[in-house]
Amino acid sequence: MLETPHDKSGGWVGRAIERVEDAALLTGGGRYLDDLGTKPGTLHMAILRAPHAHADIVSIDTSAAKALPGVAAVLTGADVAGLTTSLVVGVKAPVECWPMAVNRVRFVGEPVALVVAQDRYVAEDALDLIEVAYEMRPAVVDPLAAMDQGAPLLHDGFPRNIASDRSFRYGDPETAFAQADHRIAISVRYPRNSCTPIETYGLVAEYDPHEDAYDVLANFQGPFSIHAVISRALKVPGNRLRLRTPRDSGGSFGVKQGIFPYIVLGAVAARVSGRPVKWIEDRLEHLMASVSATNRATTLTAAVTADGRITALDWDQVEDCGAHLRAPEPATLYRMHGNLTGAYDIRNLTVRNRVVVTNKCPTGLNRGFGGPQVYLALERLVQRIAVELGLDPLEVIRRNLVPADAFPYRTASGALLDSGDYQKTLAAGLAAGDLQGLLARRDEARAAGRIYGIGYAAVVEPSVSNMGYIATVLTPAERHKAGPKNGAQATATIAIDPVGSVTVHVASVPQGQGHRTVLSQVVADVLGLKPSDIRVNAEMDTAKDAWSIASGNYASRFAAAVAGAAKLAADRIAERLARVAAAQLNVPAEDVMFAGGKIAARSNPANAVPFSRVAALSHWSPAQLPEGVAPTIRETVFWTPPELTAADADDHINSSLCHGFIFDYCGIEIDRDTGAIRIDRYVTAHDCGTILHPGMVDGQIRGGFAHALGAALLEEYAYGDDGSFLTGTFADYLVPTAMEVPEPVIVHTQTPSPFTPLGAKGVGEGNCMSTPACLANAVADALDISDVRLPLAPAAVAALIHGAEPPAPGGARAAPAPAPSGKGERLMRGAGKAHVAAAPEAVWAMLLDPDTLAAIIPGAHDVRKVSDTKFTADVTLGIGPVKGRYKAQVALSDLDPPKAVTLSGKVDGNLGFGGGSGRITLTPDGTGGTELSYTYEAFVGGKVASVGGRLLDGAAKVIIGQFFAALARKAGGGAGTDGGLISRLLARLSTLLGRDAP
Amino acid sequence: MPRLSAAARHTVRFTLNGRPVSGQAAPRTLLSDFLRHEIGATGTHVGCEHGVCGACTVDVDGMLTRACMTLAVQVEGCAIRTVEGLAPASDRLSVLQAAFRRHHALQCGFCTAGILMSLDVFLKAEPDPSEEAVRDLLSGHLCRCTGYTPMVRAALEAAAELRDVQGKTAHA
Ligand code: FES
Ligand code: FES
Repeated sequence: MLETPHDKSGGWVGRAIERVEDAALLTGGGRYLDDLGTKPGTLHMAILRAPHAHADIVSIDTSAAKALPGVAAVLTGADVAGLTTSLVVGVKAPVECWPMAVNRVRFVGEPVALVVAQDRYVAEDALDLIEVAYEMRPAVVDPLAAMDQGAPLLHDGFPRNIASDRSFRYGDPETAFAQADHRIAISVRYPRNSCTPIETYGLVAEYDPHEDAYDVLANFQGPFSIHAVISRALKVPGNRLRLRTPRDSGGSFGVKQGIFPYIVLGAVAARVSGRPVKWIEDRLEHLMASVSATNRATTLTAAVTADGRITALDWDQVEDCGAHLRAPEPATLYRMHGNLTGAYDIRNLTVRNRVVVTNKCPTGLNRGFGGPQVYLALERLVQRIAVELGLDPLEVIRRNLVPADAFPYRTASGALLDSGDYQKTLAAGLAAGDLQGLLARRDEARAAGRIYGIGYAAVVEPSVSNMGYIATVLTPAERHKAGPKNGAQATATIAIDPVGSVTVHVASVPQGQGHRTVLSQVVADVLGLKPSDIRVNAEMDTAKDAWSIASGNYASRFAAAVAGAAKLAADRIAERLARVAAAQLNVPAEDVMFAGGKIAARSNPANAVPFSRVAALSHWSPAQLPEGVAPTIRETVFWTPPELTAADADDHINSSLCHGFIFDYCGIEIDRDTGAIRIDRYVTAHDCGTILHPGMVDGQIRGGFAHALGAALLEEYAYGDDGSFLTGTFADYLVPTAMEVPEPVIVHTQTPSPFTPLGAKGVGEGNCMSTPACLANAVADALDISDVRLPLAPAAVAALIHGAEPPAPGGARAAPAPAPSGKGERLMRGAGKAHVAAAPEAVWAMLLDPDTLAAIIPGAHDVRKVSDTKFTADVTLGIGPVKGRYKAQVALSDLDPPKAVTLSGKVDGNLGFGGGSGRITLTPDGTGGTELSYTYEAFVGGKVASVGGRLLDGAAKVIIGQFFAALARKAGGGAGTDGGLISRLLARLSTLLGRDAP
Repeated sequence: MPRLSAAARHTVRFTLNGRPVSGQAAPRTLLSDFLRHEIGATGTHVGCEHGVCGACTVDVDGMLTRACMTLAVQVEGCAIRTVEGLAPASDRLSVLQAAFRRHHALQCGFCTAGILMSLDVFLKAEPDPSEEAVRDLLSGHLCRCTGYTPMVRAALEAAAELRDVQGKTAHA
């Protein structure tokens, strides 16, 4: 049974009914993008991506790719640029932003060319045939280093890589700091991470040359302000870009906003090839080049009284938006602008916000969006204040919280905190989670010599973004010129068909949140029906549906804004139906009620007509509608809250409509040996206003908590100093599994929002804001440290306990841990020994002979002698999951015949690049054979480094082992590399690595 | 094993959820692509294509198998079960599926098919698992929506219900 019988007293809203979405999803009946059939003749797109973080494109040769049977088109950045205009850049600057690199690549994974072919397999084959010559430029990955004089410059229009530098002042911070008893500061770094939905990006694009119109189906999530960005880039008016979304989406968490540059590429590919074009992103593409949260370097300083009251804050935020400032960035930095004082009553504020570009993937929406970055600094600071003043951190939180009688409360920078009782939520959390018990557990653990800490965090969770907050990056004068921007238009449509059944449509683009279920509850309550009577369609089609620039699934706007709009639409229909029914029931409209599928007289419920009969009247017999009553066939409501005004001349901005409150605390224990963090208990107390569906609210909290736990403890998009991307698989980019995510103790209080139709506020992002800070505070408490860097992976925590690990001793058996080289690629070092049953002179001759080299270099074909000491070769190598063909250049130097030689080389291929050198020493073994010993140093970059990082050291050893084993065989002896165990291990490894054992 | 030519497509025959199916596959065609695009069984999803996320997990001859790490030609003659075969009838849910719905153990549902397959096979071998064992099994899957606990609860409840049914049939 989907529903229990209608309980009239309570209504449907507020009950955890089963989701209408689930049956299809549980039985394989989902309709995700890649499940939908395409037109016959649809082609498939694959994208060639930059292996270098910063390089000029010297030439691209696509001829071989174009000649491959099955390939319909190959496009480079120049081709794409010829058919489009640059994507809009988030700030006013002479900078372009193309969806495919033009002349220069600025991050690993940036699109360089695309192929359209009969299927994906052939398209990827063709990618391997495209030859690109690059000229390397130095790269910069650290946001602070990017601002240094002399740092490599990404865009001429961003001097010193700074895209924006704005300062703000609210209240009287100078006096507050001058009068403060203490000045306490903290510097934090928020790392790069992403919520990585399990379904990647996907799209199908079509072009109609006669109408110059594009039709794109994509698992885009909004905001639909991006629709304007796409149509502008494609050089068509908005009505010639039909953007549709499928019914189901495999998660987004903000991330699928970032598909839009690919929509442009797919649309252009369809236009050029004259056929529909489909593209499904793969996981490597997603991890290295879809979109990421911003990493941020923040220094936050507080003016504090002796008793722990914060009287002023001074923010210095440096936001790293990656290689391009794509719309809507730098929104991550400004989303929280009204909330820089968090849950605290702090009247004085200075802010300096700098936005920089670096050679990393561009950033965009990601669950929490600006909140995690802000609260990591703010809540870490609150903990530091407690430590430095010798106070209980909980006491510092309490002394600074906005008082319960102060709502609606205007923050220093302009947010209007709609409602709340923070003290009450805090008390509820403390009671339900048993803080006293947790404190006792800490005492006990510490007494026993174990490492245990407790952390707290109190945050305000904003939801329903003001479209105008982004304009705060502009100066008041620039804003004045650009015209006002504000509001958050939400829309819902209710339609009644000729048999009186009700359909709801919204432009909320759900990504698994169960919007259809909640809307059926909301509308059922208004119309006296059951949720199963209501059909909800949340697919989006910009050509047919009601939508606005603010439509989409972001900023936790569904419950507060979209469900509210549906309620208002239902109210309007109900009001009209009441008047129709009143005439039939012969009672005044005020006496009409909706219940149990009927419309009845409240004073005499037996006097009733079926709902469907009244509802259908507008279709069958409009003449019978009472005088002045409009038809009830379809009602569309647009709703925007009046509180969301544009930024004022002093840069006050009410950046969001609703503000939930979260109070978290946790106890963690750290394993002294491994550094692993075990969460003993995590308590999260929420006030998200009126709860529409308790099951879904808790689902959002658990899901956000799991994401936040990953961000705090495991996840980081790691880059080498040269900008190589090092986490290209789910084995490198670790996300939490069922073993790592405990069940938090969830506590609710409800203070309805006075500003939303249902009293609801957003809830989906809050734990991404509170949890990283709370866990970081617990670790700070456990280890008594002030500098806590996320992610707190076991190795990093162990280093905090024991100091950094000493480098491993050299030798064949102990290849040192991969370390970033001076240049920052994956660097490997190693050494070893081998025995060959031939005299040094014979071995020497073999090493200098191309034919021998061809036979013994693993995977070599076509070795050519360029000079006596220089060779070129084609090599096929498999490293981890990646097997590819490379061009190799090998040189011999420092020749000391027949005693020693240095072999150095460079390889380059579509899967990556690398190089290195090794010194080989030959010593006679006294019995006619030769002892060879060698040391080597090698680096690897590109795709291989992204996906094979964990395996590189092993692979290097295997390949070198193969080289000497082959040399030994070639020399006619049976001896191979030293140590039977190692040989066997190497053989095992090489099988694992997908290569034939030597 | 027959020698396959890389350039040609080959007929692959197997049973899918009890029914014989066949299609054409190049030797390099992944089982995940083959099931989804050649056979049209789109319930099995693809989340990583490198064997980590578990979304593509199917049952091949009783063994849990990553369809993304399997070639279509490898399943010639095998019996494959996928999420489409779990429910007793097209308008009903299995005990496990129903428990998932009751516990809100899915949100976007993209990871769900693989997880249901793993649990289905697991619960047959382990009808009375501990929470720890269920979590251990689930750790072979990535879900970004739910935080996993609802799945653990659903699995434990489904296990209890299935034991109940088993017990009743055994005593009948
Ligand atoms: S798609 Fe097969 S394990 Fe991820
Ligand atoms: S339900 Fe979305 S990934 Fe698991």
